[in-house]
Amino acid sequence: MENKIIYVRDTGLVSPDRTKDVHTLLLNGLRDRGMQASVQAVRVSDIGVYNQGVVIKVLPDVTYFNVKDEDIGRILDAIKQDKTISELASRREPKQLRVVLRNCGVIDPESIEEYIAHDGYQAIKKVLFEFKTPDKTIDEMKKSGLRGRGGAGFPTWMKWIFAKQVASDQKYVICNGDEGDPGAYMDRSVLEGDPHSVVEGMMIAGFSIGATKGYFYIRAEYPLAVERVQKAIDQCYEAGLLGNNVLGSGFNFDLEVRLGAGAFVCGEETALIASIEGRRGTPHPRPPYPSVKGLWDKPTVINNVETLANVPYIILKGGDEFAKVGTQTSKGTKVFALTGKVKNSGLVEVPMGTSIREIVFDIGGGILNNKNIKAVQSGGPSGGVIPKDYIDTPVDYENLQKLGSIMGSGGMIVMDEDDCMVDIACFYQRFCYDESCGKCSPCRIGTTQMLNTLCKITEGLGELSDLDNLRRIAQAMQRAALCGLGQTAPNPVISTLRYYEDEYKAHIIDKKCPSKKCRNLLTYKVISEKCKKCGLCLKNCEAKAITGNKDDGYIIDMNKCIRCGRCFEVCKFKAVSKE
Amino acid sequence: MQEEKLSADIENIVKKWEGKKGSLIMILHDIQNLYGYVPRSTSLQLSKYMDVPLARIYEVITFYHFFKLEPPGKHLVQVCMGTACYLKGASDLLLELRNILGVNEGCTSNDGLFHLEVVRCLGCCGLAPVVKIDEKVYSKVTKDRIADILAEYEEEAVAK
Repeated sequence: MENKIIYVRDTGLVSPDRTKDVHTLLLNGLRDRGMQASVQAVRVSDIGVYNQGVVIKVLPDVTYFNVKDEDIGRILDAIKQDKTISELASRREPKQLRVVLRNCGVIDPESIEEYIAHDGYQAIKKVLFEFKTPDKTIDEMKKSGLRGRGGAGFPTWMKWIFAKQVASDQKYVICNGDEGDPGAYMDRSVLEGDPHSVVEGMMIAGFSIGATKGYFYIRAEYPLAVERVQKAIDQCYEAGLLGNNVLGSGFNFDLEVRLGAGAFVCGEETALIASIEGRRGTPHPRPPYPSVKGLWDKPTVINNVETLANVPYIILKGGDEFAKVGTQTSKGTKVFALTGKVKNSGLVEVPMGTSIREIVFDIGGGILNNKNIKAVQSGGPSGGVIPKDYIDTPVDYENLQKLGSIMGSGGMIVMDEDDCMVDIACFYQRFCYDESCGKCSPCRIGTTQMLNTLCKITEGLGELSDLDNLRRIAQAMQRAALCGLGQTAPNPVISTLRYYEDEYKAHIIDKKCPSKKCRNLLTYKVISEKCKKCGLCLKNCEAKAITGNKDDGYIIDMNKCIRCGRCFEVCKFKAVSKE
Repeated sequence: MQEEKLSADIENIVKKWEGKKGSLIMILHDIQNLYGYVPRSTSLQLSKYMDVPLARIYEVITFYHFFKLEPPGKHLVQVCMGTACYLKGASDLLLELRNILGVNEGCTSNDGLFHLEVVRCLGCCGLAPVVKIDEKVYSKVTKDRIADILAEYEEEAVAK
């Protein structure tokens, strides 16, 4: 039996929390079996599973749910014999597949030795001493079919070959770690959990295109990621993996970390280059593409963190092996940050082609508070919503695009029936408005006008012609904006308009918000049949909008009401209606 | 003395990045790590050391959200201006805070202790009007309580 770690946590809603008791039972059980030296039982504050009673997780992949005290002995015996009790381990999370996150949480991210012990830096060795040529490396990438994980999904091998073909005295590789979408943290987790795999990916990319210098561009808001990547780079220099004559092969490669400074637009290639050059992060027109004329006018390849983390795996296991997973056009796995109204939020990594339903219900455990799912938003401020009727669609680049959304970097936000689509569109539009760099007018003026119109609609001042205006502005931005930010900024509006036009119309014509989210459109009313005349609503009304007394009952004056919802919340008899 | 120390600091930072292309943003990060913001005087000196126009430096500082031109206050004072608080007299509270601290919203008091800010709604209308200092929420605040509340933080600062 090898050394094991087991996690324990009482995830039930019934108090008292039994985590501590079960932990003690585990410790006693381990001692009785003489296993205390090889098995470590850890109490954790979050085990990633909820409402399943006592949960015991045997790392890496066996999870026991609803464990009773009398089961503990059996579980420990099973661990001793390296077996699994199948009737207790009801789910082994088979739908997830870890490629990008293969080392996250398994190895110490600050130890190069542990990374090497997990096949680390074997891929660069293979490239330098077995493949010996960039062509063979790029060939392997071509076989793998890996596409950029940053959003657009451009084939990685093509990017590399373009940069390789340009003759130049100096070329660069950049790792794009400027992850700024609200609700996304995939890149952060990889940089913090497995920085060496990204470093190795950079080295392979550098060798393939003939670059001798690489830059990590990481958000300053991710200090731990910056620290760990810097540490990984320092360790590589010490070990002779970076610098002149890497491992005696004659290949020279240097790496340096550059920090972002809080500008969403810097995730766009040309803006990112401007930022590394120490200038304002404003984009410029393409072509010329960075692979021809990039950083300091030299050919440059920019790859996303997740893309680079895939590279060592592909080289080691072979492109064909990698391509076995996924769909016709999208190979490999994708990491999603699953958030919103879902029971188990967190990072998930699934094969391309997994349906949204499987991600949300089988892995995510379904919707919070047993409500109904309404839609899933993917791609952040550049993406769109996918209504519940389409959640059986297998996730890949093409399918999401057909539905009017994008893969994006991998944020996936689950919405339930309480979420208002106009409000969501407004939220993302405000984000784009704040983050527009202001260089080109379609984006600068377009985001402002769209935001104003959406705000108007949520306040109940919208007109039907606003919808046509929104569509017109959106189209102008898609065609004329300078960079990806501006071209995709209208997406949340377009996709909500496409699937939920009736909701917009309810706001405009009926002056009602069907999801009861837009405050200005709400009406509060005391239902006299249910009212017990206790006066609690009157006491709690800060706006003095409620009048009446204990004999005649109470009335809410909507002219004075500020829609704070206090009366609705405090009424114990559900006698205040909200519509 | 102050001036000399300042230049020594900046010289060190600039030297660290000497010979590396496009290091302006990294230098600004180092300066902000040192002082908590980028003082105008440092920008002036930086402009001389690096032989870069001041406008180029300011253009970068103001583009990125991360860089600050004002020293951050030690405590963040947020006055809720949501509708409920507004009706309950939040604007009087704001006026009083402006008088006592001697600054407008969005600015830091001269002693560097407080940064005054107005927020839209803190989501506790039942406690209106609300003032939040760092993580602590003061509920049903009246104008005459403001001075006492601020005094708690001033005393704490003196005690240290």
